[in-house]
Amino acid sequence: MTALLNDFLVRATLAGIGLALAAGPLGCFVVWRRMAYFGDATAHAAVLGVALALAFDVSVFAGTSLVALAMALAVSSLASRGHAMDTSLGVLSHAALAIGLVAISFVPAVRVDLSAYLFGDILAVGVGDLAVIWGGALAVCALLAWRWSSLLAATLNADLASSAGIDPKREQLVLTLAMAVVVALAIKVVGALLIAAMLIIPAAAARGISRSPEGMAVSAVALAAISVVGGLQGSLAFDTPAGPSIVATAAALFALSLVVSQARSRAR
Amino acid sequence: MSLISVEGVTVGYAGGPALRDLTMRIERGEIVTVIGPNGSGKSTLIKTILGVLTPTKGRVSRERGLSIGYVPQELAIDASLPMTVARFLSLPRRQDTALIVEMLRRVGVPTVADKQLSSLSGGQFQRVLLARALLARPDILILDEPTQGLDQPGVAAFYRLIEEVRQEMGCAILLVSHDLHVVMSATDRVICLNGHICCEGAPDAVMDAPEYRALFGEGTGGALALYQHHHDHDHDHGPEHAH
Repeated sequence: MTALLNDFLVRATLAGIGLALAAGPLGCFVVWRRMAYFGDATAHAAVLGVALALAFDVSVFAGTSLVALAMALAVSSLASRGHAMDTSLGVLSHAALAIGLVAISFVPAVRVDLSAYLFGDILAVGVGDLAVIWGGALAVCALLAWRWSSLLAATLNADLASSAGIDPKREQLVLTLAMAVVVALAIKVVGALLIAAMLIIPAAAARGISRSPEGMAVSAVALAAISVVGGLQGSLAFDTPAGPSIVATAAALFALSLVVSQARSRAR
Repeated sequence: MSLISVEGVTVGYAGGPALRDLTMRIERGEIVTVIGPNGSGKSTLIKTILGVLTPTKGRVSRERGLSIGYVPQELAIDASLPMTVARFLSLPRRQDTALIVEMLRRVGVPTVADKQLSSLSGGQFQRVLLARALLARPDILILDEPTQGLDQPGVAAFYRLIEEVRQEMGCAILLVSHDLHVVMSATDRVICLNGHICCEGAPDAVMDAPEYRALFGEGTGGALALYQHHHDHDHDHGPEHAH
């Protein structure tokens, strides 16, 4: 087992599959609740988290998850006050990215490889990273599984959920927390710029082939895992960057799912 | 004790209060209809009773252990969410499959259990929502303009169904509606709302009330008056008064 973990490709694959485990079900909620831009804003804030973590000499995981959580909370409180989300999210998202990039420029260049945080550095994942990624992913899965019925009810209709004794605000907070953790996990795997892609694309691809919310969550995990394996192999074969190759594979699977679901609906 | 009592409730939005100092009660088995023009606070009232909105003043009390069956105005299910009708009826609490089948038959859509929500017609969907509310074994059924998007025969059939179901189950009903004529024939008590209670009482009495006419006009012209009406008067009397 330890010998196996010595292979960087095995570690990278396991890291990606760990991320897929959490990103699959969370990504479904992002798609169902139309939170795509929310994912982007949270992920971009993670760059600022990296800068702060390096400046204050704390772990990058802690820095990114804290700043991502702050951003996610800010965004959902704006949303609940009924602000025009499109514009305010755009402002927050890009401001966080720009300020993060500026902040990172103050950190001496020898200490930080910026592109590793923007596009991921999955081939450099160590055994310690692997433990953090799997621990975080399993925690997110457990959280979502525990709240599953309430989350689904709140996603269908907030008032309907309230009348059944569910607090939609609390369920939103569960998703906000999960989002912050997933962003912190994913920054090493696909990088800040492509985290939202790993949430949305596998879930969107899973939609066409699923008949139940649970089925869609499981399919999203499977498709994300296939994208990880395919992307990594492709990246080795064609010497392309790993993170973007994974997302490109996911996009190809999405296109394929469109064809499959169209063929199905025609057959019906 | 009343099923639900709303006492001196004021609910505010950023643009000023949507409901001012409103007091009303709903008793067991009673059918109460709330009517009022757009923006009169009807949906705000429902949301306050459901506990979605918190009043800035006054209080809402529900009978201990009160079970509410809620049928929302219109439910926009995102097409990206795959879900069968049976699964929808089992959320958030799991329901017995036989009970689901029986309830779907009762509301007149016996064949939809395994269909996707996104494939239902408007009329089917409203019936599924009603089935969902009834599965909670409600003491009170709260319906917020439940027939929006249905055609005339659909509206009539839906109200007949509600009337039948109520006779079987004996639950109280709080109905918010624009469909003035249907409402008048089935209801025990009408509350005419415009930020506050303009008038209240038995259907005949309310129809004769000057406040009702000011709000809805006379006879069949009422539907038109609904959109022309500008409500700028203010009553100097209390929210409840005899007619």
